[in-house]
Amino acid sequence: MTPNGVEDEDKFLASGVAGIQQNAFHMHRALDSNNLKDALKYSAQMLSELRTSRLSPHKYYELYMRAFDELRKLEMFFKEETKRGCSIVELYELVQHAGNILPRLYLLCTVGSVYIKSKEAPAKDILKDLVEMCRGIQHPLRGLFLRSYLSQVSKDKLPDIGSEYEGDADTVVDAVEFVLQNFTEMNKLWVRMQHQGPALEKMKREKERSELRDLVGKNLHVLSQIEGIDLEMYKETVLPRILEQVVNCKDEIAQGYLMDCIIQVFPDEYHLQTLETLLGACPQLQPSVDIKMVLARLMERLSNYAALSTDVLPEFFQVEAFAKLNSAIGKVIEAQENMPIAGVVTLYSSLLTFTLHVHPDRLDYVDQILGACVKKLSGKGKLKDSIATKQIVALLSAPLEKYKDIDTALKLSNYPHVMEHLDDATSKVMANVLVQTILKNKTCISTDEKVEALFELMKGLIRDLDENLHDETKFLCPPFKFDEEDFKEEQNSVSRLIQMLHNDDPEEMLKIICTVKKHIVTGGPKRLPFTVPPLIFNSLKLVRRLQNQDENAPEEETSAIPKKIFQILNQIIEALSSVPVPELALRLYLECAEAANDSDLEPVAYEFFTQAYILYEEEISDSKAQVTAIQLIIGTLQRMHIFGVENRDTLTHKATGYSAKLLKKPDQCKAVYSCAHLFWVDDQDSIKDGERVLLCLKRALRIANAAQQMSNATRGSSGSVLLFIEILNKYLYFYEKGVTQITVASIQSLLELITTEMQSENKTADPAADALLASTLRYIQFQKDKGGAVGEKYDSIKS
Amino acid sequence: MVLVLALGDLHIPHRAADLPAKFKSMLVPGKIQHVICTGNLCIKEVHDYLKTLCPDLHITRGEYDEETRYPETKTLTIGQFKLGLCHGHQVVPWGDLDSLAMLQRQLDVDILVTGHTHQFTAYKHEAGVVINPGSATGAYSSITYDVNPSFVLMDIDALRVVVYVYELIDGEVKVDKIDFKKTTTQSAN
Repeated sequence: MTPNGVEDEDKFLASGVAGIQQNAFHMHRALDSNNLKDALKYSAQMLSELRTSRLSPHKYYELYMRAFDELRKLEMFFKEETKRGCSIVELYELVQHAGNILPRLYLLCTVGSVYIKSKEAPAKDILKDLVEMCRGIQHPLRGLFLRSYLSQVSKDKLPDIGSEYEGDADTVVDAVEFVLQNFTEMNKLWVRMQHQGPALEKMKREKERSELRDLVGKNLHVLSQIEGIDLEMYKETVLPRILEQVVNCKDEIAQGYLMDCIIQVFPDEYHLQTLETLLGACPQLQPSVDIKMVLARLMERLSNYAALSTDVLPEFFQVEAFAKLNSAIGKVIEAQENMPIAGVVTLYSSLLTFTLHVHPDRLDYVDQILGACVKKLSGKGKLKDSIATKQIVALLSAPLEKYKDIDTALKLSNYPHVMEHLDDATSKVMANVLVQTILKNKTCISTDEKVEALFELMKGLIRDLDENLHDETKFLCPPFKFDEEDFKEEQNSVSRLIQMLHNDDPEEMLKIICTVKKHIVTGGPKRLPFTVPPLIFNSLKLVRRLQNQDENAPEEETSAIPKKIFQILNQIIEALSSVPVPELALRLYLECAEAANDSDLEPVAYEFFTQAYILYEEEISDSKAQVTAIQLIIGTLQRMHIFGVENRDTLTHKATGYSAKLLKKPDQCKAVYSCAHLFWVDDQDSIKDGERVLLCLKRALRIANAAQQMSNATRGSSGSVLLFIEILNKYLYFYEKGVTQITVASIQSLLELITTEMQSENKTADPAADALLASTLRYIQFQKDKGGAVGEKYDSIKS
Repeated sequence: MVLVLALGDLHIPHRAADLPAKFKSMLVPGKIQHVICTGNLCIKEVHDYLKTLCPDLHITRGEYDEETRYPETKTLTIGQFKLGLCHGHQVVPWGDLDSLAMLQRQLDVDILVTGHTHQFTAYKHEAGVVINPGSATGAYSSITYDVNPSFVLMDIDALRVVVYVYELIDGEVKVDKIDFKKTTTQSAN
């Protein structure tokens, strides 16, 4: 329509409105003076304005509403008239004298409404008369509005069950008949609009028609409000009659709209009981009708119905709802070869939601649906269509939400096949959903088979998929910037997930470990630091379990599994060398060494220590990292009891050597005095080498000395005596433990040395040293006061 | 009265997926004035979680902590008590009371809180207290077998501290209470 056309239309509307107003004015005056004849004359003239063909539905509606308001007033007048003794039958005759048919029918409907209310004639007869008379208007737009008016004025006067208009002769059947007839006629008019006017204006016409659709749909709503329609009548009369009209009109717009209307306005249980009829109509609709939308809506409604209460579920079983819907969907998809994949997935997604509500126990149905989906997707590769992708995510998420427990999803054989059609980014999102579901519900994944299935599903998180091979270039393109935080979070989730894999049976657990290992080693250097530690500790837990379990069992049988686990552990940690993260690897080697120690596997423990030492020597160069590494090496080695003299010597010798070679003197000193503990272990009779304890402490003293001299040389003041006081504490420690090489004399001289240093003039103020000395002296006094053997020992120290 | 939550060695996500749900429901924001954590959280998410419990959060570094800026040791004063915090892997032999006592002297504190062994302990030593809150997640430890998740809540009031130990045993939270009094003669400067 040209802009000019719009202006013209406004002009026509304005003139129509003016006409209505003017005649209404006169009509009011006539009404006020009880002049029936003039009232009818002016009302007929007013209604003549509705005879225009120049308005679009939208504008016509405006005009109609003006007239409608006036007709209400006229109806009131008619009602008053009858009360004043005017015969309604006469009135009914009188209005038919209006010259033009359209005003005549509007007036007839208005009087008809009063006539029914008066109950002077059976409602059914008047309704039948009116609905038949309306046939006189065959112009679609005018006819639709006229019949809409009829529907409007009659809807509260239908001879429904329980209504005041119900009588011996008037039954609900008549009410239904009337509405159905009006509906049928209106739909015909509506459809006919499509075939009028020039072909060029098809678009415009379709738009106009869709503006009018609610006038037609209103009839179905009126039907749904009729109390008297029970299931039987709905099944036998109402639905078949509606569908007959829907199918026969062969109009795409009408069919799509009306099917949806049926689904929305009638009750759920009616749909369920007439599923076959309703679904049977689907293939008869025009091919261009969006049946998938219709079916999706239907399934959505039924799903919600099923979700309301489990009481209704038997109804679903009784009518075999799943089988019917499944076959209907199959037929629709088959018939519409060109249906986009998003449509197919939407349909299956709706069916799946339905199934999860109605048949939560029928996992086979779920798998069947996924299978059908896979069949349609096969050969299509990864989906590029974002709507289809979204639908697939919905399809795959639904069972997870329903069952909470991931085990169920892992049992669905078609689940991974559907997932294969997701693009890599979405596949990753889906994997994350899986992982979070497991973590949220604290689901234990207990068999190797399930672990394998799960890791296959979450491969997007486990390794770089094909698309990501070009990561290097992606780094350069801002839109694909690799988000470090997201990546960390996601990998930490994988790490957490590994904690959820557990089986009490060691053999099965070992299988699980191997499977996880197989997957994570493909993860590349970015992921290994996240995935290796949890697997190591999960394995060490198994080793621990075997120790506890098999304390009484013969050794031959039981050591096979731990040995195997330790081999695997070695390989897993070795994988970290590609990253490389030597500090982490060293810690893990030491953890394994101690576990091997507890499993009485000396060579294994020695091997782990060797690996840790190699890393220390070759890879860890940062001085701070070295300090921590040494602390861990000494701490672990101190706890090892499995080593024979020779192995132990080698390892302790090395550890002391490393300690003495640390960068900073204070670090050297601390590490070396810690090494003293490697030679004297309380509960190990074989590790009581007082000589070497003393050697370590003396060596620490020498380093402390050197540290002080260095400080003298560089800063011109003597360095802290703190290290000496720390060593004094170690002397006291071993003295108390009964290391005979630590003599009272040596403690005494160390104490004196410290006191002298503290008093020396060029000493730097060091509150830490003061405090430690004070608390050490307090400690000596405390021990003296204890009395007994300890007190005796301390009594000989003069402080 | 001041409530101090002491916990550590969560080892999330390397050794445990999360804190036990029962602990999480007990640890609510607004009740605790200080949180001290011995270390091995190990990731930022856990740090953020602790921060939600109480903004006054003190952490020392465990050997598995992702965050490398946590200090090796830390001291803080709460009421009349001086507290020392250290993960404990630096003190050989691990978990050895006499060696920890030396650290206590070094830091010059009344209460020393350390971790690493995943074993809850609380000793009165000399005039002070040495506490290990255990592992809040019951994480695997090469040192301790059969670790139960545990944490410690200290109620510090003037010269008295009551140590509540919460331990999760077979799905049930058991609470134990240990009372310590600071003798006024002993002063930590």
